Amino acid sequence: MALTSLTISQTHQGLVKKKFSALELTKEYLNRIKKEDKKIHSFLTVSENLAFSQAREIDKKISKKENIDLLAGIPTVIKDNIMVEDIKCTAASKILENYIACYDATVIEKLKKAGTVILGKTNLDEFAMGSSCENSAFGATKNPSDLKRVTGGSSGGSAAAVAANLCGYALGSDTGGSIRLPASFCGVVGLKPTYGTVSRYGLIAFASSLDQIGPMTETIEDCKIVFDVIKGWDEMDSTSIKTQSLSRSVAKSPSDLKIGIPKEYFVKGMDPEVEKQIKKAIKKYEDEGAKIIEVSLPHTEYALPVYYIISNSEASANLARYDGIRYGKSKVKSQKSKVKSLLDVYLENRGQGFGDEVKRRIMLGTYALSAGYYDAYYLKAQKVRTLIKEDFENVFKKVDVLLTPVSPTTAFKIGEKIDNPLSMYLSDIFTISVNLAGLPALSLPCGKVGKLPVGLQIIGQPFEEKRILEIGKIIEEVKN
Amino acid sequence: MIDVEHIARLARLELSQDEVERMRKELSSILDYFDLLKKINVKKVKPTSHSFSVENVMREDLPKKQPKEKNDKLLKVMPEKKGRYTKVKSVL
Repeated sequence: MALTSLTISQTHQGLVKKKFSALELTKEYLNRIKKEDKKIHSFLTVSENLAFSQAREIDKKISKKENIDLLAGIPTVIKDNIMVEDIKCTAASKILENYIACYDATVIEKLKKAGTVILGKTNLDEFAMGSSCENSAFGATKNPSDLKRVTGGSSGGSAAAVAANLCGYALGSDTGGSIRLPASFCGVVGLKPTYGTVSRYGLIAFASSLDQIGPMTETIEDCKIVFDVIKGWDEMDSTSIKTQSLSRSVAKSPSDLKIGIPKEYFVKGMDPEVEKQIKKAIKKYEDEGAKIIEVSLPHTEYALPVYYIISNSEASANLARYDGIRYGKSKVKSQKSKVKSLLDVYLENRGQGFGDEVKRRIMLGTYALSAGYYDAYYLKAQKVRTLIKEDFENVFKKVDVLLTPVSPTTAFKIGEKIDNPLSMYLSDIFTISVNLAGLPALSLPCGKVGKLPVGLQIIGQPFEEKRILEIGKIIEEVKN
Repeated sequence: MIDVEHIARLARLELSQDEVERMRKELSSILDYFDLLKKINVKKVKPTSHSFSVENVMREDLPKKQPKEKNDKLLKVMPEKKGRYTKVKSVL
């Protein structure tokens, strides 16, 4: 078996038993990246030197017979909106084209402490705004299952890199489905943790009340290993949560399990082949003895407008910092620039630095927050958000978890939706409510339509990551 | 009708004439879709800004001493500077 297709614990065993060194493993991955990534374009930066020095450190520890963590020597890739000190961090935007990160995100500090090897930074929709990875200023990532199709977004580079075995695991971020949708389209496992569980310090902010960093992996076991390392309270993130319930034990046999199927997630317009695969997965749980209960989340139809009003409002404030003064691309120095005042600097740097979708969203957010419209859009959206959250609280009185599709379709063709922003937004229809309610959710491969993967979404109650991972394992085992 | 030029000014975005036209069309179709929210009455509902109630996190307002290398890194990424200061155009 190729080194690059081992799971994390298999790789760990190989390292500890000296079947291969961390340096050999890193070289193997880097060679594969050189060969395969020309087709897929999942990387924005390959951090070869950093990877080599990290791998050598681990080899030293192994030769001295020191104990090493599970993630030690395991090569990873990081979505390019998460800061890794001294490595370029672009958020796939021209405005940060040459920006070198000045510090490590908290998740990166934790991964480095565990001894992981960072191979590079992966592609995304600019500032994580998109559902296809086509909004990258540096070109789209292609789906390894079919190069004519999108990876889903925004963490498309991370998902494709995991699917093509270009890394041991990856980190992504999820604001409205940005981990789960690409995981589903590329056929990998992706976890969006409960809001506040993983520190957002060092993650380039898009919508602060919705953003979460999470793992993207080949297996559920890998997903749990990575999640356990990156989670936890952080003084640098004032919304990170101190909680004991994080370790709540949840082992329940399938026959004790009550699974809710929200009827609003099985609607007209859904690809019948996708629906078939999801129904098949639900049937497997039923066969294992779980009780399947139809439930209703009555405010689901409002989730999409609520999400796009709230996330864009927050984005318009968060992206105000990109003015080309303290960092980022600035036109001021260029001879042709007609800049006279500070305001001109802002207008020109931002007008030229941001891509179409980012501008569109800043405009929508600015509009929703502007005098005279705040109540009708932003405040109203926040109130409907309350109802969406209560929908989940109500159904979780009756069931343990919810099963839904991740997306109504499989990966669509590159270019198919790029000219129609609204139809692109509709790709997120099954993932956004989870962010509005702050819940944990897992995207898990559960079948294929042709060669295109289908993802099952398992939505849990707050802080029940462990439980949804265990429940996911049932399907994973049946599948294997 | 959305006043694209006014909003662009508020958002500090310089848009070309072509972009203004495109934005006008695209934004109005998205805003039409947002009108879905008019269907629902939320008079008695409280707004949610965060999914879990967050408390203010307070600390003394004291500067943290940073090592010089950290400061140097921050200075290095500044597009325009004079000595150890960032340089900006005149405000007025």
